[in-house]
Amino acid sequence: MSPDRSTDLLKPGVHYLQGAQACAEGALMAGCRVYAGYPITPATEIMEHAAHRLPRVGGRFIQMEDEISSASVLLGASWAGAKAMTATSSPGFSLMQEVISFAIMTETPLVIVDVQRPGPGQGYISTSQEDVMQARWGHHGEGSIIALSPASAQDMFDFTIEAFNLAERWRTPVLVMAEETVAHMRERVVVPPADAIPIVNRTTPQDLGIPPQSYLPYGHAQVPPMAVWGQGYNINHVSLVHHADGNVTRYNPAVHLENVGRIHRKIEDNVDAIARLETRGLDGCRHVLICYGSVSRTGIEAVREAREQRGIPIGFIRLNTLWPFPERRLRDLVPEVDAVFVPEMNLGMMIHPVTEALRDRCRRVVPIPSLGSLHSPGAILARIYEEIP
Amino acid sequence: MIRHRRFEIRIAGYGGQGVVTIGKILGTAFSVYGGWNSVNTQSYGPESRGGACRSELVVADGDINYPYVRKADVLVALSQEALDTYVADIRDHAVLLIDPRAVTRLPGTGAFRLVRVPTVEIARQTGDIKCQNTVALGALYALIADMIDEDALLQAIEGNVLPATLGLNRAAFEQGKRYVRSHFAVEK
Repeated sequence: MSPDRSTDLLKPGVHYLQGAQACAEGALMAGCRVYAGYPITPATEIMEHAAHRLPRVGGRFIQMEDEISSASVLLGASWAGAKAMTATSSPGFSLMQEVISFAIMTETPLVIVDVQRPGPGQGYISTSQEDVMQARWGHHGEGSIIALSPASAQDMFDFTIEAFNLAERWRTPVLVMAEETVAHMRERVVVPPADAIPIVNRTTPQDLGIPPQSYLPYGHAQVPPMAVWGQGYNINHVSLVHHADGNVTRYNPAVHLENVGRIHRKIEDNVDAIARLETRGLDGCRHVLICYGSVSRTGIEAVREAREQRGIPIGFIRLNTLWPFPERRLRDLVPEVDAVFVPEMNLGMMIHPVTEALRDRCRRVVPIPSLGSLHSPGAILARIYEEIP
Repeated sequence: MIRHRRFEIRIAGYGGQGVVTIGKILGTAFSVYGGWNSVNTQSYGPESRGGACRSELVVADGDINYPYVRKADVLVALSQEALDTYVADIRDHAVLLIDPRAVTRLPGTGAFRLVRVPTVEIARQTGDIKCQNTVALGALYALIADMIDEDALLQAIEGNVLPATLGLNRAAFEQGKRYVRSHFAVEK
């Protein structure tokens, strides 16, 4: 790989970027030097920008024959020591589930961006939040996942950097659950100086002073140090249930529980370190609106109008992280309330973990669904007024 | 929670007129050089097939939450179809900027301020009809000069057109601005 020409990264200052461009630029800033992809509306602009920019920073871009191979490239690139990303839209995200499952089990850091469009099937090419459950449960088998939900072009830059940092920190695939709305809008993106952007790199056995002869590719810690292929460390890169040394023989249920249980717990036990949310107006609120992604833009607008127009004491929570789901944080934040409103660009998905978390905290949970288009503030407001006359 | 000023611009025409580029230039001018926030979106997918094309800009002096135009304060219509499609979604007393060669049928009623600018003709006289969009941009600037400095727009033009066409685009912008200032009562 050619030397890292980091001087070609996006200059600090104010830029005007499409969300898709901001996402690709964020990836480069985070250290991504491999992108493999297959075009699909409305995610193609990320790929186009990556194709244009990666050669300029000493990286590699490849268009693959489909989404399964695109995601598979990331596995090899990651184990060869690179930070790697792909972007797709919902039908392609379905195809990538196989690799996500594999990457969870082999504890391979990589970043997948899903610019969601409506389904099922080819559905449509407008905006959507219909893959938020697939993000968590789409892959076969156990194991947890990290999934972020950006709401602006700035988020597309910031959250993509964060996605790489989380992938490296927790040695796991991380999903950026974007939407057509945020991928296509152009907005101001403020880029801080490179030295003000925290960048996390995976811990290697060399970092911990572990010599090749005693290295366990799936051992040593809850998040095992990850060796780079070709540096003298033997690695059994395996997605069968395995021992800490990668051995897949001598199967027994205790090893199975230790192996998969640890992979699950390294995410779920650290939910408070991983998951972020934003709140407004929760003090003294009697109702609360919980949303994520671009819906949080209209959600906050509706909350503001409900407070201003009718003095309704309604608070606002935005889930910046969808998975792992911050159940404990949510319970700590939300007092006893009457109604919880959950507007989503689907028929009701994140409303389920929200309802489970707040089961004894509220009298009713009200879904506000929309398919294929962003709710207008008026649409959310109308539903709030219906429930709280 | 403070109520911010929000201003919505919709530019519509058909593909090839540079409608998307005007949106990008305006957004860059407002957000990078003008000290405002702005969100720029454009038509895409099936709605952008068959020739129709739309670019939108929401400008505000605070956060922009809902990113799309609800009622335009300014509608720039460069085709009859564009006017017919979007004239219902303008605010009372909105500015309606049209090219009279392309838009010949106007709504009989409605409170709007009509600004007719022969953008194609001015572009041809300036040197190339392809700079019709920057003529329209100059004309639009003359109507919203209280919101943004000319320098901000000129810098944004520089960043969004091919270097070889920069001189032509600057001239087109100037001619569009002059046309409005000499034919309509506007603040300078």
